[in-house]
Amino acid sequence: MPDAPGLELIRGEIEQDHPGAVLDTSFDRHQPALVVDSAQILAVLAWLRDAPGQGYSFLSSLHAADYLPAEPRFAVHYELLNRDRVERLRVKALLADPGEDALPEIDSCVELFPTAEFQERETYDFFGIVFRGHPDLTRILLPDDYVGWPQRRDFPIGGEPVTFTYNERNYG
Amino acid sequence: MEVERQTLRGKQLRARDMLRGDLEGEELERYVEEKVVMTNFEKMLGWARANSMFPLTFGLACCAIEAPISLVTARYDLARFGAEALRASPRQADMIILSGRVSIKMAPVVRRLYDQMLEPKWAISMGACSSSGGMFSNYAVVQGADKFMPIDLHIPGCPPRPEAVLYGFTKLQRKIMGNPDQGWRQRYNAVGTEEWARGGPRSEPSPEAAEAYEEARGLIRA
Repeated sequence: MPDAPGLELIRGEIEQDHPGAVLDTSFDRHQPALVVDSAQILAVLAWLRDAPGQGYSFLSSLHAADYLPAEPRFAVHYELLNRDRVERLRVKALLADPGEDALPEIDSCVELFPTAEFQERETYDFFGIVFRGHPDLTRILLPDDYVGWPQRRDFPIGGEPVTFTYNERNYG
Repeated sequence: MEVERQTLRGKQLRARDMLRGDLEGEELERYVEEKVVMTNFEKMLGWARANSMFPLTFGLACCAIEAPISLVTARYDLARFGAEALRASPRQADMIILSGRVSIKMAPVVRRLYDQMLEPKWAISMGACSSSGGMFSNYAVVQGADKFMPIDLHIPGCPPRPEAVLYGFTKLQRKIMGNPDQGWRQRYNAVGTEEWARGGPRSEPSPEAAEAYEEARGLIRA
């Protein structure tokens, strides 16, 4: 893993090539993370993959999180791995909620990491985050006619209340 | 050769005795009572069907380890009840055990399998998940399999013990034979524990439901 000073070094080098791309860094529980401007996510990922001395060439996971009620609300997480040095680096791209009728959008990284294709579809499936430039952005796990984005925190949990006579007698 | 001919002759004589009927009166009554079963065709058919079931080789989730795997192998051995021949095609099966939670994406598939089975057919909902959704009270799981297909028997448990499934299976056999074994509430002194589905937290049962309920209680108390 890059340690905390190593993470700041990476941030500085990215800052030279892509000014303003890295918004913040965090080093929580020995896990380095870069918080990145979502408009420049592809530039940062490509730099981490291709720049000499970096070599984060393996995308081990791509997923999203809903930080409601925080703002910006969504984040797409890219877990990168350098397989030579076995170093992991997390890249977070924060996305604001565009409102009821629109979906948050971010560039697709399928061109950089082909493995992201299914994982971006899954993220779209559960969080409704649109990946611009994805070759086939459809639902992957839920049925095609499903309505809603069930892993968002404001999605109703579903299920049914059970009306047993015991509950009715005591709480009804 | 001579001996064989004599034994044959003896058999013929005994058969002729039977036909002639050397039993009379009291003895004949007892003989008929012991040896002859009088029934109707429906009951005989039900008896044959119940004791020769063809379950579908089918599993949905963790209950599948208990139902088709543990149950048909040597320790619990569903073959004792005449259901050892698991069929891989629904067109050859007449019983389906829903062993596990049914997700909303799987429900059309299960329904299709059930529709493909030939009549007469029976369905067992095994475990809490397929009966009511169980612990999966969420966006992805159907809250009870009888929302999309008819279920003949629910077996509670998470998962049910194989003994429980066997007990449920024998219950289903009784049902097929036209004897659904009513009256357990009376035997277990459980009158007054009936549950019925209601429309909402404070709603009253529908008039039909209330009537059926009163009628059932009257039958039990009678």
